[in-house]
Amino acid sequence: MSFKIIVCAKQVPDTNEVKIDPIKNTLIREGVPSILNHDDANALEEALKIKDRYKDTHITVITMGPPQAKDLLIECLAMGADEGILVSDRALGGSDTWATSNALAAAVKKIGEYDLIFAGRQAIDGDTAQVGPQLAEKLNLPQVTYVKEFAMDGKDITVKRALEDGYELIKLKLPCVLTAIKELNSPRYMSVGGIYDAVGKEIPVWGAKELEIDLDTVGLEASPTNVFRSFTPAPKGKGVIIERDTVEETAKVLLEMLQEKYIIA
Amino acid sequence: MAIQVINDKCRGCKLCVRACPFDAVDMVGKLAVVNEKCTACAQCVAACPFNAIEQTASEEGSVDLSAYKDVWVYTEQRAGKLMNVALELLGEGSKLAKEIGDRKVCAVLVGYETDHLIPELYAYGADVVYQIDYPLLKNFTTDGYTKVMTDAIKEYRPEIVLFGATHIGRDLAPRIAARLDTGLTADCTRLDVNTGNYINYLKKYTTLDTAGMDPNSEDKTLKQTRPAFGGNIMATIICPKTRPQMATVRPGVMSKLEKDETRKGKLVEVVHNLKRSDIRTEVVEVVKAAKELVSLTDAEIICSGGRGLGDPSGFELIRRLADTVGGVVGSSRAAVDAGWIDHSHQVGQTGTTVKPKIYFACGISGAIQHLAGMQTSDIIIAINKDADAPIFEVADYGIVGDLYKVVPKIIDEWNRVKEELNK
Repeated sequence: MSFKIIVCAKQVPDTNEVKIDPIKNTLIREGVPSILNHDDANALEEALKIKDRYKDTHITVITMGPPQAKDLLIECLAMGADEGILVSDRALGGSDTWATSNALAAAVKKIGEYDLIFAGRQAIDGDTAQVGPQLAEKLNLPQVTYVKEFAMDGKDITVKRALEDGYELIKLKLPCVLTAIKELNSPRYMSVGGIYDAVGKEIPVWGAKELEIDLDTVGLEASPTNVFRSFTPAPKGKGVIIERDTVEETAKVLLEMLQEKYIIA
Repeated sequence: MAIQVINDKCRGCKLCVRACPFDAVDMVGKLAVVNEKCTACAQCVAACPFNAIEQTASEEGSVDLSAYKDVWVYTEQRAGKLMNVALELLGEGSKLAKEIGDRKVCAVLVGYETDHLIPELYAYGADVVYQIDYPLLKNFTTDGYTKVMTDAIKEYRPEIVLFGATHIGRDLAPRIAARLDTGLTADCTRLDVNTGNYINYLKKYTTLDTAGMDPNSEDKTLKQTRPAFGGNIMATIICPKTRPQMATVRPGVMSKLEKDETRKGKLVEVVHNLKRSDIRTEVVEVVKAAKELVSLTDAEIICSGGRGLGDPSGFELIRRLADTVGGVVGSSRAAVDAGWIDHSHQVGQTGTTVKPKIYFACGISGAIQHLAGMQTSDIIIAINKDADAPIFEVADYGIVGDLYKVVPKIIDEWNRVKEELNK
């Protein structure tokens, strides 16, 4: 048995590394590395686990982004994916989730045959979690988001979908779209052989023309949502720093202050 | 909306390149050029000292926006119980309906055997309850709920539809928005219709220049504010061309109305044509986690630990503090990413938004993504080795020192004070 799996991945800035210039109140972006989005790494890992079991399984990773997103595809190939496709075109720039899912759906349709689509639940730069479900809608496929456990038996899929206070056990059939969370697995590292093979591989770049997509459905202008304003939040007024000779005294003063303000009573 | 550089005004100072969160401005010779990574967030517009970058409005669409009325709230229930966020959104929805004027706030109640919830929805502000009650809707399924919600929206044409940004709301809302070909803004923390209120908010909490904005503007579009870029910036999103305007809203952020059991409303039973074959997933069971339930949103006191703990065993101390003060354990994203504690404890942009009475931040530096989720706490107490840590910018009480020395003393002192008070 073998499967054709498509994994959707995104190259993101490591937002944990971003700092704010305390004087100008602006982002300091210098030195922030671009990485494979965490949840997407879990999505790819689950596909690779299927391939570990069914050797003839074919994994295609698609990513949409600027030309340098090719690096991400090389990383995915080095982890064990078979093929990477870069969806990239100036005309796709500024797409919101609706427009992004249109472009990705066109790419999936161009690939043609597939059994399963994995994506990460959300990307750490936008945190919307909307592209997975919207892609599923454009392809008219069933979806399960927040997947934390996955099992397959032929075309039958059983997953656990994480809830805030538990989980749902869900059964469905291929083909479908699943979005992965951190709890699903631990992504593997790139292998040396994998890196060696990946670098030589050709990565096709699909633009609007190759996707044969209507330009009224992609890009900034077509997107139903627009950014109206953006800003860095101003910090709340600074409080007091408690400093005494000993830790005991410091703790005592803190508690006195809390009592004075009736915070503990 | 699009960003344009006015070439004759650009002096090549590169401030916009620095300001852009998305690496979307390149220098071509001495000219700034916007590339395809641009999301029109307009950080560069604000950063440019020469007014050389402008944000241009896009053309109006052809959809008749005025045909859409009322504010809808998807009042999520699970196993016959309303989620807290549903009631919070009824409060927020009432505010928005007033700001638009002559609009109703309506609850949409989807499920099976949900009649008992209707009085509660009225009591918390719903003018109308649209009920879709059917055995096939007993458990949430993406297919089933999307179909009935989409059909109801098409039939009744609300202007705004709000969802709680829960695991279910964030599954359902994008699917509906895609089917309706309208916009959806994720995880909002503030909503405004009235431009004057929005400007006041910007003035109070941001450094954004509001000079060009008219506080008396008749503009009634929904301004949806959310953390973006990992919580490092805030963005206000609009949906100018399509309806309804849809948003998911973070639990714990909006305020409920005072419960008024004398309030009455109107019930509309929505006709639907859902069939079993429409639903392609089967919910075998819904399991409540046996693991410790972290109800961060309801907690009055939260004790959080971060990277400064050094290793996972640090949470034993945080747990002791929490037990002493009667709080629950929270954490920063860094501690979760390091695998020291389960994600359910995470406070912040990608975790839970909290506003407890007291928030202890122990060994948390205060990345914006964390601050976004806790800075509206009544009292913030921060303990950190690094005197320059941004957490001290929001803390009401800060202690610079080794948390392993400070926290045990706070525990002792708290116990002593409590004992005295009990005497």
